[in-house]
Amino acid sequence: MSRATREAYRDRLLPLLHRHPELMCLDSDTGLFKADHAAAAGNQYLNLGIAEHNLMGVAAGMAASGRVPFVNTMAAFAASRALEAIKIDIAYNGLPVRIMATHGGLAAGHLGPTHQALEDLAVMRVLPGMTVVVPADAAATEAFVGQSLNLAGPLYVRLGRKPTPALPATAPPPVIGRAQSLRQGGDVVLAACGPYPVLACLAAAEILAGHGIGATVLNMHTLRPLDTEGLLAAARPASLVVTLEEHWRSGGLGGAVAETLAEEAPTRVLRLGMPDKFVDEVGNQEHLVAHYDLTAERVVRAVRTALDTTARSGRTDRKEYVS
Amino acid sequence: MTVLQEQEGDTLDAVAARIRSHVVDMCAGPEGGHLGGAFSSADILAALYFSVLNVDPQRPDDPARDRFLLSKGHAAVGLYAALAEKGFFSVGELTGYGRPGSRLMGHPVRAVPGVEMPTGSLGHGLALGCGFALADRYAARDARTFVLLGDGELQEGSVWEAAIAAASLRLDRLVAVVDRNGLQLTGETEGIAPMEPMAERWRSFGWAVRDVDGHDPDGLADHLDAAPWEPGRPSVLIARTVKGQGLPFLAGSSASHYVNLSPRAHARAVRALHTRETTG
Repeated sequence: MSRATREAYRDRLLPLLHRHPELMCLDSDTGLFKADHAAAAGNQYLNLGIAEHNLMGVAAGMAASGRVPFVNTMAAFAASRALEAIKIDIAYNGLPVRIMATHGGLAAGHLGPTHQALEDLAVMRVLPGMTVVVPADAAATEAFVGQSLNLAGPLYVRLGRKPTPALPATAPPPVIGRAQSLRQGGDVVLAACGPYPVLACLAAAEILAGHGIGATVLNMHTLRPLDTEGLLAAARPASLVVTLEEHWRSGGLGGAVAETLAEEAPTRVLRLGMPDKFVDEVGNQEHLVAHYDLTAERVVRAVRTALDTTARSGRTDRKEYVS
Repeated sequence: MTVLQEQEGDTLDAVAARIRSHVVDMCAGPEGGHLGGAFSSADILAALYFSVLNVDPQRPDDPARDRFLLSKGHAAVGLYAALAEKGFFSVGELTGYGRPGSRLMGHPVRAVPGVEMPTGSLGHGLALGCGFALADRYAARDARTFVLLGDGELQEGSVWEAAIAAASLRLDRLVAVVDRNGLQLTGETEGIAPMEPMAERWRSFGWAVRDVDGHDPDGLADHLDAAPWEPGRPSVLIARTVKGQGLPFLAGSSASHYVNLSPRAHARAVRALHTRETTG
């Protein structure tokens, strides 16, 4: 079933507001909360206007006074425009502000680079104390909103715009900070975050199985704190790790995975993501994902090419090669 | 003349003089400091901490307390001096300013008792103040939130984002003070990015405005005590000040912005302050 993660967030938050009077919902005129939602939220909802720095500052002030604000803006405006307020007012003070960033990755579609966020994960995951999550579907969004009640520090949640498909019902429950293992295989690890990349990796694993290549698929929805243990356990037996994300190739999930493996368990890592340019193609999210080849076929090609190269260079046994 | 509860017979002028004296000492330390803006704020800080603010150094986390945010965070030396004088920590600790092992960083940090929020990057304090004032409203507390802004700081767009929000939310427990010393780092505000007519600007944003002498601590205290001046409107006190006020060789000069006083300059400054104090 397809459902927009941003709407899942909104619909999960509304009943929580009633049960938790310390929660607030601060908006920057994003339109996510329609009149009836705002009415349902009562005085715990405030539309502060189109002013993202102010939004983060007000949230920080309220959080320092014991409130727990959810703030609504687009990922592009949170991660770039309001970054200093997030860094100084929220992260520096370790305050429990929940930054609900819609239109993440390519979700803004035809609206273009002003509204797309291909840098937000890199930017957010360097901030000390910031928890960074990318729910892959509506169910995970609901789960993370609920789990945030037990989180002391700041949280960045990358959400989408339009409905995106759900993960298979067999997926284990999503838990902040724990990589979700969606499939086991001994040869390669496919790690992804976000709706389309995770589904692409699942589809790629199926195709690879047909070629006799076993792939573990990790939904690494939490970029910070990264589930190092889960990643290492999956990567140790594998000869290759491929990451896929709706993000520029620098600093996002691929960066986080590569940093960790380089230090803890050197493994070849291929980082698949958006090319080093601003989007110049017009179309919706699905079209852009296909156009920039963030697809199962791309993952399969990358894996097969890499394994062929490894085989030709005699690197059939990674452990032997490393030692 | 406002009489302090803390020390019978003490006056706000005397407190402001001690703040300036501490600032001069800190600016003679290894790193120097933002003397000019701390001096122009000294009377404002004295009025706030020794007459206006409902804060108790023994209970710095009291949820019912008034909040003060030094949005012009570079005047940290002035804030530290005021907090020490108020009793949030010992006056002796001021000698550690800027030195390894001290809590006293060049911009305010929450590790220092009495500092509500870290500031220093300009344009953050007023939005934070809106947040504190809102939280008080939701908790049905009648505390007030005071934010001290620099005049050059008003060039930051985020100040006006917050000014719009405060008026729109009718945050009349929020009080801003503008340290209108007319100078920013490299020169006069009016030569770099004119800020006048300042009172009209604030008024047009929906704020109640008073434009006053920023070096009359008793007058400042009276105005600040009386806020909100108009129900439903946030208040802004434009305090006309002189950068470096109190040191003849630096007053009114943008060179006072950041100084590292040599031992000789320090001695001269101490003498100048002493003369000022004794001649009134």
